[in-house]
Amino acid sequence: MALTALRQKHLLGIADLSPDEIVLVLDTADAMKEVGQRTIKKVPTLRGRTVINLFFEPSTRTRTSFEIAEKRLSADTLNVAIASSSVVKGETLVDTAMNLEAMSPSMIVLRHASAGACHLLSRICKASIVNAGDGMHEHPTQALLDAFTIRERKGRLAGLKVAIVGDLLHSRVLRSNVLLLTKLGAEVWVCAPATLIPPGLPQMGVRVTTRVDEAVAGADVIMMLRIQLERMQGGFFPSLREYFTTFGMTEARVARAKPDVIIMHPGPINRGVEIASEVADGAHSVILDQVANGVAVRMAVLYLLAGGADNETVA
Amino acid sequence: MPVVMDAERISRALTRIAHEILEHNRGLADLALVGVRRRGVPIAQRLAAELTTITREEVAVGALDITLYRDDLMGASVGLAPLVRKTEIPFSIDGRTIVLVDDVLYTGRTTRAALDALTDFGRPKSIQLVVLVDRGHRELPIKADYVGKNVPTSRQESVQVHLRELDGVDEVLLQGKA
Repeated sequence: MALTALRQKHLLGIADLSPDEIVLVLDTADAMKEVGQRTIKKVPTLRGRTVINLFFEPSTRTRTSFEIAEKRLSADTLNVAIASSSVVKGETLVDTAMNLEAMSPSMIVLRHASAGACHLLSRICKASIVNAGDGMHEHPTQALLDAFTIRERKGRLAGLKVAIVGDLLHSRVLRSNVLLLTKLGAEVWVCAPATLIPPGLPQMGVRVTTRVDEAVAGADVIMMLRIQLERMQGGFFPSLREYFTTFGMTEARVARAKPDVIIMHPGPINRGVEIASEVADGAHSVILDQVANGVAVRMAVLYLLAGGADNETVA
Repeated sequence: MPVVMDAERISRALTRIAHEILEHNRGLADLALVGVRRRGVPIAQRLAAELTTITREEVAVGALDITLYRDDLMGASVGLAPLVRKTEIPFSIDGRTIVLVDDVLYTGRTTRAALDALTDFGRPKSIQLVVLVDRGHRELPIKADYVGKNVPTSRQESVQVHLRELDGVDEVLLQGKA
């Protein structure tokens, strides 16, 4: 029988998901996408459930996307903005979480600068924890929406050549995507300056190169990662201009990929740094589709976690 | 396991219901069928084919998934979330007569959810209900307009509808308590 529920109470990372669970999320997102195309974009499924969006790092896309997903499922949502919370008065993450927990939310969507913050909360909270990005560790819903977008365009993931180019070192999006794409049988290439390649990538089953032409040759999917300007104090490359010249995605480089290649980017994009404007806005770009699909995928995750068995914690 | 309807019986019931729909609505004007997933959908498609054979007019068919509208979804007793499938209603239901089609009418809760779901798509002129089997034990004030067969059951029994399109065979079975 086909899988109809996740085996976990929390979504902490792609690492915990089996291939059939990933496919279940994508299939469910397919149905959720239709809700977003209706005149009345709301279903009563999570009525009476409270979801707290706890964001310790700035985020526009992810937070908005989660909030819209929660509202479309009729959950009561609230956003805890850290700038105006007790954290600035010195409260620890655990104390903040315990206090929120005391108000009985069903789910907490957490973004935090430290890897493992979600795992920590999942051990002390009764609420389901959804990882919306923890440090350089994972960003599972981003990888799920990327996979959904690829599957929507290509009909499958298995056997596709996916080239991921950009700041591999600081990217949680990379880690989640590599885990997901390899689990579903895609051929993953990653490319960056040697200073931005973390150790351990070949052990994750991906091909590593510093030559962007090699990475994109014959690719079905090119996924760009943001150069995280705020983390570039370490002198990883001489200048942004030089980075663009050597690694930036230009129309000439895109031409080396398959004619029907799709260009992806998790946003926010740095035009003229990792990607040329003509590529970001060009015919191959699915960057805004990714944003649209993010809502459907997050609805699927919230639905599946809310309906999951309450005490079978696999975390 | 007793067979309460075989392929021939099912086919005859659907032909009769098609005629009843036409009689009741005096034709097909502004009428559309919406099947409730999963087994209401092939039944709706077969009814549409019957209606077209009789009138030589096309009739619109949609598919409705009511999972997101269920009232038992988040109850403590129900652990696992049912699979959500796609709703596909490629036409406006505003001002139309919508004939909702399901396989079995039991507590009436699926129909309640289907009515809620339909209402989110617009304001039909009226909604009528077709079921292949009415097995009784209603928990809500809901009644079918067209019934393939009334099957008296106990709550311990289960009614299983198998359809060619999904199960390879047309039959309705009454399964006793296990």
